[in-house]
Amino acid sequence: MKKTIITVVGKDTVGIIAKVCTYLADNGINILDISQTIVQGYFNMMMIVDTSGMEKSFGDMADQLTALGETIGVAIKCQKEEIFDKMHRI
Amino acid sequence: MINLHEVTETNKMISEENLDVRTITLGISLLDCIDSDLEKLKSNIYRKIYDAAKDLVKTGEEISREFGIPIVNKRISVTPIALAGGAACKSEEDFASVARTLDQVAKDVGVNFIGGYSALVSKGMTPADTMLIRSIPKALSSTERVCASVNLGSTRTGINMDAVKLMGEIVRSTAEYTKEEDSLGCAKLVVFCNAPDDNPFMAGAFHGVTEADKIINVGVSGPGVVKTALEKVRGENFEVLCETIKRTAFKVTRVGQLVAQEASAMLNVPFGIVDLSLAPTPAVGDSVADILCEIGLEYAGAPGTTAALALLNDQVKKGGVMASSYVGGLSGAFIPVSEDQGMINAVQAGALTLEKLEAMTCVCSVGLDMIAIPGDTPASTISGIIADEMAIGMVNQKTTAVRIIPVIGKDVGEKVEFGGLLGYAPIMPVNPFSCQAFIDRGGRIPAPIHSFKN
Repeated sequence: MKKTIITVVGKDTVGIIAKVCTYLADNGINILDISQTIVQGYFNMMMIVDTSGMEKSFGDMADQLTALGETIGVAIKCQKEEIFDKMHRI
Repeated sequence: MINLHEVTETNKMISEENLDVRTITLGISLLDCIDSDLEKLKSNIYRKIYDAAKDLVKTGEEISREFGIPIVNKRISVTPIALAGGAACKSEEDFASVARTLDQVAKDVGVNFIGGYSALVSKGMTPADTMLIRSIPKALSSTERVCASVNLGSTRTGINMDAVKLMGEIVRSTAEYTKEEDSLGCAKLVVFCNAPDDNPFMAGAFHGVTEADKIINVGVSGPGVVKTALEKVRGENFEVLCETIKRTAFKVTRVGQLVAQEASAMLNVPFGIVDLSLAPTPAVGDSVADILCEIGLEYAGAPGTTAALALLNDQVKKGGVMASSYVGGLSGAFIPVSEDQGMINAVQAGALTLEKLEAMTCVCSVGLDMIAIPGDTPASTISGIIADEMAIGMVNQKTTAVRIIPVIGKDVGEKVEFGGLLGYAPIMPVNPFSCQAFIDRGGRIPAPIHSFKN
């Protein structure tokens, strides 16, 4: 399993999760976990996804999600899980 | 499983607190390039470096993208050229032409600096060492990306005062050769006592003879992260202060360790060390001096600075050591003047002098770094400053260094602009009294005694 963390931050609007999830489904990316909060109108979401079924390269996915985020008006960032794992777990 | 809070914390460090990996440095041995024919030597060097490093920049960018962490510099260090070029180079110009080969290959593989135009002369100089050292002004003024370093002393061997004298002249001469660019050449020239073989940071990186054929060394950074963490414990006692620095250093270093392992696997080059460092940049919020202020000083340089820096340096090491499987290089807080906005502010406020900086170097990595001094400073005075710094390293069994820039045509009160990561610096006054007779003695200072510690 290749875990990637996707974070979505920005002003809340209708359909953010729907659009991101549609992209993930279309590319064979499986969602393992979602947590989401809204603080003072700001949407803050983290998804843990498994990219082992994806055919694209990591870089292409990251670029396309960033572009998708721009159309919705939110910032979308993809990072491999290890950076968080290394930093926060001994 | 990783939670939202942890992800947010990491990403805030990256986006707001300037957390980055300062450098991935690929060390390459040139010992197998040695040839008595100069052209053959240069072509061997070019080919070996090009083959080893052609994917370095691409790999760095890929890792950066995958983890969302900036990797600021991709660099190369090579075997000291005085060793690799000794058999082929018969003149200073021969050595300088090797520097141009290094510069060319650095440009062709896309790294921003290549270190190792170096000589190790802590006890004595071979004719090749002397020739290389004398060629430094020419080499640095005719190249862009080559960095030079000279090891002048060690705890085991003492200080080579003949070389110290020579380097005072070479620093001045390098300044003269590059006076059109505010003596920028001197920013790429550093002298050491106890130089480490595996330092990934420029200008002092070289690939020591004790190292493997190729190796990946990584230098981490993150003064802004430490500063922000300390903002939350204002007024707390030293125990809380030190624990906070340690925890933060652990997190920062883990990122370096991860990047080093990834780079090592992707380039198929063994992982050497992580250098546990707090390396500032001129960017606001990326300053070691600001951490000292956060610890409780009005400016870096105020009374208490040496103690604050000592504890900072020690806690960074304590936190970092557990985060990485191999630690090496310079490992400590850097206190360059021109590359740290907080240090520049301290100098401009009159809080920080050359003498206080010297005291600070007793307890941190590395030494008198990126300090601009008046252009009319005599070579013997520069040698004296170097000798003092070498003595601190020799006696305290630590690495010390001097990277000082006599800015030709400028004097105290003026400013010099180097640009980019090198920043800008106010010209600092130097003690005007002479040490000419001391420097003119020649010979060596014997190694210090290793018992009766006081």
